[in-house]
Amino acid sequence: MKNPYIPYEVKILEARYETPGDRCIKTFKVTFADEKVWDTWSHLPGQCAMVGIPGVGESMFCISSSPTEKGYLRFSIMKMGKNTTALHELEAGDSFYVRGPLGNNFPLEEWKGKNVITIGGGIGQAPLRPVIQWIRDNRDDYGELTVIYGARTSADHCFKDEFEELNSCGDACCHLAIDVEEEGWPHFVGFVPQLLMEVSPSPENAIAVTCGPPIMIKFVLQNLEKLGFTPDQVYTTLENRMKCGIGKCGRCNVGHLYVCKDGPVFSYAQIKDIPEAFA
Amino acid sequence: MAVKKLNKDKEKEALQELTKFRLIAPAKSDEVVIFKQITDPGEAFLEYGNSTVPPKKVVFPQTETLFRFQRGNPELREKNVEEEGTTVIFGLRPCDARAMSIVDRLFSWDYEDPYYLKRRELTTLVGLACVEPPSINCFCTSLGGSPFGTEGLDMLLADMGDHYLVRALTEKGEKLQETLSAHLEDAPAEEEKKAEEMAARAEGKIARSINTEGIPEKLPTLWEHELWKKVSAACLGCGICTYLCPTCHCFDIQDEVEEMGEGRRARMWDSCMFSEYTLHASGHNPRPTRRERTRNRISHKYSYYPKRFEVIACVGCGRCINLCPVNIDILEILEQVVDAS
Ligand SMILES: Cc1cc2nc3c(=O)[nH]c(=O)nc-3n(C[C@H](O)[C@H](O)[C@H](O)COP(=O)(O)OP(=O)(O)OC[C@H]3O[C@@H](n4cnc5c(N)ncnc54)[C@H](O)[C@@H]3O)c2cc1C
Ligand code: SF4
Ligand code: SF4
Ligand code: FES
Repeated sequence: MKNPYIPYEVKILEARYETPGDRCIKTFKVTFADEKVWDTWSHLPGQCAMVGIPGVGESMFCISSSPTEKGYLRFSIMKMGKNTTALHELEAGDSFYVRGPLGNNFPLEEWKGKNVITIGGGIGQAPLRPVIQWIRDNRDDYGELTVIYGARTSADHCFKDEFEELNSCGDACCHLAIDVEEEGWPHFVGFVPQLLMEVSPSPENAIAVTCGPPIMIKFVLQNLEKLGFTPDQVYTTLENRMKCGIGKCGRCNVGHLYVCKDGPVFSYAQIKDIPEAFA
Repeated sequence: MAVKKLNKDKEKEALQELTKFRLIAPAKSDEVVIFKQITDPGEAFLEYGNSTVPPKKVVFPQTETLFRFQRGNPELREKNVEEEGTTVIFGLRPCDARAMSIVDRLFSWDYEDPYYLKRRELTTLVGLACVEPPSINCFCTSLGGSPFGTEGLDMLLADMGDHYLVRALTEKGEKLQETLSAHLEDAPAEEEKKAEEMAARAEGKIARSINTEGIPEKLPTLWEHELWKKVSAACLGCGICTYLCPTCHCFDIQDEVEEMGEGRRARMWDSCMFSEYTLHASGHNPRPTRRERTRNRISHKYSYYPKRFEVIACVGCGRCINLCPVNIDILEILEQVVDAS
């Protein structure tokens, strides 16, 4: 078995900014420097990878592309600290290192035949993007796809052009929000949990998946309950500080669960009684 | 294999024989006893209580290289543990060997940790039974261990006065016994009985205990209990209780770049008692105070670990009690857990 601490080198095919500001988000499309790695690599939506640069460090990111998108991986990285700042300096043609895939995935097989509602906020759309893409690429296997997404301002929206395309092609129904009024904004103004109540999706034969800042998740979970969703119909991802990503270094635990191994994807039913899950 | 004896006047010879391996034994270092590599049998100090730093550091070093790299060169050079060679840890205490068998479960579940497991494979553990409990805070018998316990050991030695009784316990132990055969003699039949009596006597001298039954299930129900604030009030967050615990295994991973762009990615012991341990880059910290961190230390050992690995991650060695600068006592905490309602 391959040493799980040794990363693969990847080459950047494309690098572009999604959002501006101090905590800007940059998306990297990459392929393995050694093409042969593709023969053994397989991941599913929800899985993550340790991304880094030897000499700087490593951090955990979800793989924001679906395995149905062939020939590349995508990562959307918010500039937060040392490693993410160093990664942001890289451009097409440069390389960095990836260790994975790590963690579990959204149970998309189980969701076949169901309506799926994704509810995202800010960079939280990154783990939801592969879910949306997967459903689009296996369109007949799933019911309606409803996408609810919000960020502080319109400039802070990730994957902007994809939402437009998604709405116009009829694969999904997208609902976008910004926190405060902006001139020319044709969509909802307000927070994601409010938008969720506006859209008011039916829990009938449905799955809701939500990722975003903890405060948003908290109210989204409450509102989903009001709408009649049971805890086993609701999925989210947890985020904790990580180092090994393989259930050894100890730091990512919430209660007896290792977020890096047992997660990052959890049904609300699994974690609702673990107090540390939302600490 | 038959039980043997090693006369004390042959002890040095036997140790000399073992120096053909990487031989690790207890040795005096300033005021304390530590496990270190010895090449001169005279350095071994077997009349010790227990070491301050547990011998876990031999198989899980305080800092170790995962791979090396050179800036500008995409090649990553994986550390080859094999090069460290066959190792014998001589004279460790049964609780510390048992701790390794507990930690083995963590390093081999799901992903196998190649560094740790390779070292374990290369290492033979020769235990030294506790004729006297090494400390007043020993409580191994509460956790399924004992002063003459064999779990995790390949060979057990018991000090019988002018000689050691030698018992091989595994294949590795038998191989080692063969290596030592020139220095060993057959043990008289009545010796084993005598050792059993000594074991019972040593067990009787263990002064402290805790009834662990029900603790793993009870801990999660005490999440918001006031006891956590009380038991952690004096904590300095120094991390000694975890660094020096034979079953603590948490680590950090850091990159270091030396001169000329030559560097390494290394892992090093870390402690859940440090506030940085869970600190996110955003500044958010899910365990912001020593209350949450103490609760995690106890819960991890006595609830999360048994839930996943079917064994409590504490062997009752007493180090965290003996060495805490403000006398925080895990048994007192556990007693409060038992009494809490
Ligand atoms: C499962 C998971 C998926 C994630 N997916 C994304 C994503 O798609 N896009 C994105 O922008 N961010 C994501 N994050 C958050 C991202 O890992 C942190 O923002 C990042 O680690 C900050 O690293 P840094 O080196 O710049 O910060 P520093 O402060 O320099 O961090 C030092 C080290 O601390 C650790 N660390 C610090 N904060 C976090 C954190 N919040 N989570 C995990 N480890 C941390 C890392 O190991 C990092 O190397 C994810 C986190 C997790 C746990
Ligand atoms: S040794 Fe004592 S003071 Fe130090 S972290 Fe542990 S409990 Fe706190
Ligand atoms: S928790 Fe304390 S008594 Fe238990 S094994 Fe660790 S150091 Fe020893
Ligand atoms: S990140 Fe190391 S155990 Fe989860």
